[in-house]
Amino acid sequence: MIHQYQNNGYNIVLDVVSGAVHVVDELCYDVIAALSGGAKEPTAAGLRKPEVLEELVQKLGGRYGGDDIKDALADVTELTEAGQLFVEDTYESMIDDVKKRKTVVKALCLHIAHDCNLACRYCFAEEGEYHGRRALMSFEVGKKALDFLIANSGSRRNLEVDFFGGEPLMNWQVVEDLVAYGRQQEKLRDKHFRFTVTTNGVLLNDEIQEFINQEMDNVVLSLDGRREVNDHMRPFRSGKGSYDLIVPKFQKLADSRNQEKYYIRGTFTRENLDFSEDILHFADLGFTQMSIEPVVGDASDPYAIREEDLPKIMEEYDKLARVMIQREKEGKGFQFFHFMIDLDGGPCVAKRLSGCGSGTEYLAVTPWGDLYPCHQFVGQEEFLMGNVEDGIIKPEIADDFRSCNVYSKEKCRGCFAKFYCSGGCMANAYHFHGTIHDTYDIGCEMQRKRVECAIMIKAALAE
Amino acid sequence: MKHVKTLNTQTMNNSLKKGGCGECQTSCQSACKTSCTVGNQTCEQKK
Repeated sequence: MIHQYQNNGYNIVLDVVSGAVHVVDELCYDVIAALSGGAKEPTAAGLRKPEVLEELVQKLGGRYGGDDIKDALADVTELTEAGQLFVEDTYESMIDDVKKRKTVVKALCLHIAHDCNLACRYCFAEEGEYHGRRALMSFEVGKKALDFLIANSGSRRNLEVDFFGGEPLMNWQVVEDLVAYGRQQEKLRDKHFRFTVTTNGVLLNDEIQEFINQEMDNVVLSLDGRREVNDHMRPFRSGKGSYDLIVPKFQKLADSRNQEKYYIRGTFTRENLDFSEDILHFADLGFTQMSIEPVVGDASDPYAIREEDLPKIMEEYDKLARVMIQREKEGKGFQFFHFMIDLDGGPCVAKRLSGCGSGTEYLAVTPWGDLYPCHQFVGQEEFLMGNVEDGIIKPEIADDFRSCNVYSKEKCRGCFAKFYCSGGCMANAYHFHGTIHDTYDIGCEMQRKRVECAIMIKAALAE
Repeated sequence: MKHVKTLNTQTMNNSLKKGGCGECQTSCQSACKTSCTVGNQTCEQKK
């Protein structure tokens, strides 16, 4: 399967199965287009048959000379022979193994506080969304969660624990105590905990910063961008904006971590579709690691992304990609999470086929110890899988998540981006279609665009 | 090659030979929390 596109003056050819990316000239781009789309992928031996060249000359001879077409076909044949073009999809035969695989739990999202000192309009932790149940996780529940993780992690050494909320800093003593407990246990059980925390920064101070820098592998700092954008969506309960209080603290924290192992993370909505300005605002504030995510909301929410917003969103991603190239060349580069792609050292095929791990390798824990497939399912009783005391009591939920993959979803089969999103977010699919065995279509459109931009940036920087 | 510049030195189907070790980061733990971003992770073995 081939995906070809033109972006920012580059002709890009992605061989979907091998992940090989080729930047080609116009002629070669047209030759590959003429050769693809058949029921079976062309083989090198097939491409060497004289009739292939004859047909190409017939199709493209009006635009290119015969010798040039011959030359380009030779390049295409060489790539095909090397397993970098027209590679047959042999992964589907592995899918039964993926479905039957024995999984271990390797990551927990601890909802350390179902409470918050901000009142963000889109928050899935906002009042009502957690069914009105405000609560802080006790040390005892957290300890049992870590014990559950260790006990269910098999031989996996690296274990991840994210302190999430609500706002985790509202229950900070428990976070510190759980980290201490984890450090003690990892020595005894030959494990290694990677702790992360997501915070809105309101309660951030020097002492907490020092602890974060000592213990947290990653820290996610929530901010939406420009002051007016942030303060519109992320006010205090009083209605006052949070930007002025938070930004200096985040700048200080990012610097104290040498601008590494953190993300400044925002959400964009249909109320700031010019979100590339917010990312550039982050860069202008001195941040170098950033992420801006499309909001996930009910279609009836006024801020929810609609299909009609997609052309503008695509334009924004293109614009951002071009600015990132320019800034990189000027020595002022920054990372945008959704444009990060490692063409050589990315995840293995097994990982790409098994998806995000929610419901199997990754679980969310509520303040009172209930287990859900991920943080986005918390509070939806049909997804309640068990609790930290008794473990998984509904293994059929895990089985359902385990069976979900890019070959089980019809929409993914023909999609070029399937090995980059691994079938997409199951919570989003459920939210929009009432089943995890579907995809969130608007999200897919954006994902495809981000993959295209990420690859184009690689092409531009390889020059 | 005159007409092509290939950006990768390795292709993902090479990873089939080794299979998955499972030590890599869970994708939602990084920065997203609302989308699925497996492709932008780095393999634990290649860090």
